[in-house]
Amino acid sequence: MIAPLFFYLFALMTVVSGLMVILARNPVHSVLFLILSFFNSAGLFVLLGAEFLAMLLVVVYVGAVAVLFLFVVMMLDINIDEMRQGFRQHLPLGLVVGLILIVELLMVFTQDLSTDNVLATNMSGEISNTAMIGQVLYTEYLLNFQVAGLILLVAMIGAITLTMRHREGVKRQNISEQNSRTRDETVQIVSVDSHVAPKVLDDSRAANKRLQ
Amino acid sequence: MDLLNLQPAIAEIFLALASLGLVLLSAFIMPQEYASKLVRRLTIFSFLIAIFLIIYNGYKPAYAFNGQFFTSSFMVYMKVIILLGAIGILMMAKREFKQDQIDRPELPLLMLLSVLGMMLMVSANDIILLYMGLELQSLPLYVIAAIRRESLRSSEAGLKYFLLGALSSGLLLYGASLLYGFTGHTSYDGIKIALESNVSAGAVIGMVFLISGIAFKISAAPFHMWTPDVYEGSPTIVTAFFAVVPKLAAMTLFLRFTYGVLADASDSWQQIVMIIAVLSMLVGAGGAIMQTDIKRLMAYSSIAHMGYALVGIAAASDMGIGAVMLYMAIYVISSIGVFAIILSIKQEGRPLTRIEDLSGFSRSHPVYALAMMVLMFSMAGIPPMGGFFGKWYVFSAAVASGHVILAIIGVLASVIGAFYYIRIIKVMYVDEQVIEIDHNVPRSNMMIAFGSALIMAFFLFGLSILREQITAAIPFVVFVAG
Repeated sequence: MIAPLFFYLFALMTVVSGLMVILARNPVHSVLFLILSFFNSAGLFVLLGAEFLAMLLVVVYVGAVAVLFLFVVMMLDINIDEMRQGFRQHLPLGLVVGLILIVELLMVFTQDLSTDNVLATNMSGEISNTAMIGQVLYTEYLLNFQVAGLILLVAMIGAITLTMRHREGVKRQNISEQNSRTRDETVQIVSVDSHVAPKVLDDSRAANKRLQ
Repeated sequence: MDLLNLQPAIAEIFLALASLGLVLLSAFIMPQEYASKLVRRLTIFSFLIAIFLIIYNGYKPAYAFNGQFFTSSFMVYMKVIILLGAIGILMMAKREFKQDQIDRPELPLLMLLSVLGMMLMVSANDIILLYMGLELQSLPLYVIAAIRRESLRSSEAGLKYFLLGALSSGLLLYGASLLYGFTGHTSYDGIKIALESNVSAGAVIGMVFLISGIAFKISAAPFHMWTPDVYEGSPTIVTAFFAVVPKLAAMTLFLRFTYGVLADASDSWQQIVMIIAVLSMLVGAGGAIMQTDIKRLMAYSSIAHMGYALVGIAAASDMGIGAVMLYMAIYVISSIGVFAIILSIKQEGRPLTRIEDLSGFSRSHPVYALAMMVLMFSMAGIPPMGGFFGKWYVFSAAVASGHVILAIIGVLASVIGAFYYIRIIKVMYVDEQVIEIDHNVPRSNMMIAFGSALIMAFFLFGLSILREQITAAIPFVVFVAG
């Protein structure tokens, strides 16, 4: 009884926030609605028993992709009115794509949709599918997993290589230098003649007067 | 059979560990020039160790990592040539790093990671690992194409390469997913067995996408558009790397995929490969004629050479495999030699890349001009030189399989191609000298240029040994069941 209720809740929220993504006037709001729809689809995955996919959706899409979108949208100065100008021009193309999607969806729904065919089946019946994925990922597909790590390393090295610059005149903290300083080389005792007013003070007084 | 047997992949594991060690090393060693020198040397050294490990492992066919990884005498042959090519390029890199202002440890490091990706790609026995290896080899290439950040050309080359490369990876991945969907397997063995009983239309479409993706990597026409711009924009040493090493790896993949996995669907892919081969030969020969920049000329020349090699694949016979292997070995050796000479042509440390700059080269550098002449004759396919034998075996394989027209087009294209190779010789020997070319050529460039010219000139004597190696390797392109 509870499960269908949650299904309709998540499904409704997904659809509504999906609509809001394209209807919201402010692009930042659009991205926030996109994040909401990701969360709700994650809820749908949990209902289907695919908890790993749900977590992945939250971690990857919400944690990385959507935040990236948010950055891009905030950084770029996007003029909404300008973007809407092409609406009529692109309408036929959009309609064709939408039509194809509708036909495809109809074809899917006219097929046999009994639960046996569609729902993910837990093959062992005992361990969760996260554990099952882990079991093949670290045994059978160990090499692929490691190579994926190397690819990420390359991406990191590449990004640093192409963007990091050592500019002159930038003040950087050098911790080892800071720690190795001794009192003798940094503190200096200067005897100041207290009778004569320093010239600097006079100058600043004069400047203050001028400002007044 | 012990499935998680790591022994056959020991060279790859070693290179992966070496790359991680070098990342740490280059982060801690401070003056960047010194770190770059050290990393370059250690990279060469680890390639040498990798060659030793590969040969030590032997030629026996063996699986590793649960059948994801496969090695045999064919892979040994190809990997050793890949590593030798990479060593040759890195040996010439010393002066280039300094003069091109790319003296940074990341450059040899990224080359190392790219070579590791190529070796995995060559040995992959599963579409997933194939894709992983392909990405690992191409990502560093995009970065090193753009490594000279101040130069607009270099950045443009990197961006162009990256965008088109990402597109081709997408094509390849789409093809792989279709192939998986219609055969139900990701492993080469499984796909091959599934295709034996029935070649469905979906599998054929997947195959076409996959072949297009690989054809992009070897820059065969009609997927060649990026090549001239990327070659011209990148620093010359990087261009040399592009022209030699990744091409060989991608061609090996092409061989393994067409002969190994899709052997039973050869009717479906043969025509595609033939069309790609003819287009590449014609585009390569025709496009090079008008070029004035020697790097662009080499780009078109490499497109044409890939076309000739594909003629061997289109033959779809054992003879074809052998011909392609021989052709690629010759291509690698002569390309490295030509680039060693291009890298030596400088004016007060500034690289010269126009063809006219070579005029009078025979008077100022008679021995280099002679080496260049030998290499150009070889690339054009003039009889006693090595290039002739490469073309000979490729075309005779095509004729033996009954593709006479393909062979005729190939011969015609190489006649057109001979024009621009011989034009370089004419510029060197006949034209009056305009530019004073530097005389101090690094010893490594000299050795590589003369070495490759000598190999090409006296190729006939080594031919039988090489043929023996190749003939032994041919049956092992395909996996061995059980």
